[in-house]
Amino acid sequence: MEKRKRKAVVLLSGGLDSMLAARLMLDQGIHVEGINFFTGFCVEGHTHAVRHDRKSRPVRNNALHSAEQLGIRLHIIEVIEEYKDVVLNPRHGYGAHLNPCLDCKSFMVGHARQWMEEHGFDFIVTGEVLGQRPMSQRRDTLPVVARESGALDRLLRPLCAKLLPPTLPEREGWVDRERLLGLSGRNRKPQIGLAHTYGYEYAQPAGGCCFLTDPNYTKKLRDLWGSRGERRYDFDDIMLLKIGRHLRPRPSFKLIIGREEGENRFLEGYRNRFVHLWTPDHNGPLALLQGEADDADLDLACAIAARFGQGRAALTVRVAVGAPDGARYDREVAPLPPHALAADWYL
Amino acid sequence: MDVDARFLLCPMPVIRLSTAMAKVATGDQLTIRCTDPGALYDIPAWCRLEGHEILKAHTEPSGEIVIVVRAGR
Repeated sequence: MEKRKRKAVVLLSGGLDSMLAARLMLDQGIHVEGINFFTGFCVEGHTHAVRHDRKSRPVRNNALHSAEQLGIRLHIIEVIEEYKDVVLNPRHGYGAHLNPCLDCKSFMVGHARQWMEEHGFDFIVTGEVLGQRPMSQRRDTLPVVARESGALDRLLRPLCAKLLPPTLPEREGWVDRERLLGLSGRNRKPQIGLAHTYGYEYAQPAGGCCFLTDPNYTKKLRDLWGSRGERRYDFDDIMLLKIGRHLRPRPSFKLIIGREEGENRFLEGYRNRFVHLWTPDHNGPLALLQGEADDADLDLACAIAARFGQGRAALTVRVAVGAPDGARYDREVAPLPPHALAADWYL
Repeated sequence: MDVDARFLLCPMPVIRLSTAMAKVATGDQLTIRCTDPGALYDIPAWCRLEGHEILKAHTEPSGEIVIVVRAGR
């Protein structure tokens, strides 16, 4: 009787390790498809590419680029709503910033397990390497992910499998354990060597792949929660934290000010959600006002917006104030002098 | 069918297109509008993986990206 071709779903992040893990499975004749979860906090080439002044970076989704190189399908699944519980109530706590790495990995493997069951796949593959990450890839935490996700021994980590107990795919002979690897630690030379062997291009995000590990981003997220008096967020909140300068000159409101054309264009999409400011007579940024501002606050906000435009040296500048419903009126203000722009306003 | 993915960042345009594709028949055409410059790479890449055909892709003077896709399998 002909053996059924086994199917694996690989958590494809867009980084090198998961791409190599998928490749090791393809080399063993496994049918592989990728899955990529969009939490809202993923760092992607595009988030940077919104800014026109960063054109040297590749403008692409790294997971898609990995899938293309592997020749496999990729399922990109939005999990923004379900993921909130991971961010807000991590059972295993946070890493250095607001990164709930262990809970996050269990969440993603758990969702992959559900997908595997719904689509008739046999096992789950990740690019984890023993000892590579301080929270989620330790000898004592790898079993936690397998257990809490419900994947149990259907979770295979081909890059370090030889250092771990055999999983179901190995025991059943679906994959040959001898052809898996025994990598450990933070040294990336073996992976880089394999990438060269296979001729793969891969992303090396300097700040990791998640905004929750970024101190600047998490400072803004904490400020958002502080200003609301509760820890909650929606999709637009976490997108806007990635864009523009964020200044909080008063506790009741903050400004998000575009730094260049690409960001201004992105912020345009929020004109119908927020009071917004711009300088019709001078080139300058679009600024969104989040929160409550009285008349004096609006004067200050306009002066700040004028400060970041080409009219900053003028005695007075006309600043347009747009309301979400499309209403508009103008204010004539003196641009805020540089010394009045307090350093602690910057988030 | 039109898919509005303007002002959405990667990978939301692909997710929106993928959701819309699930509702159409093979051969149907969809037009997706985006502002994320990465869409010009990602949507063709995703379509190649899924067997859909890009009929047209251009950037309008406003910066808006318009891509017309014919549903494959």
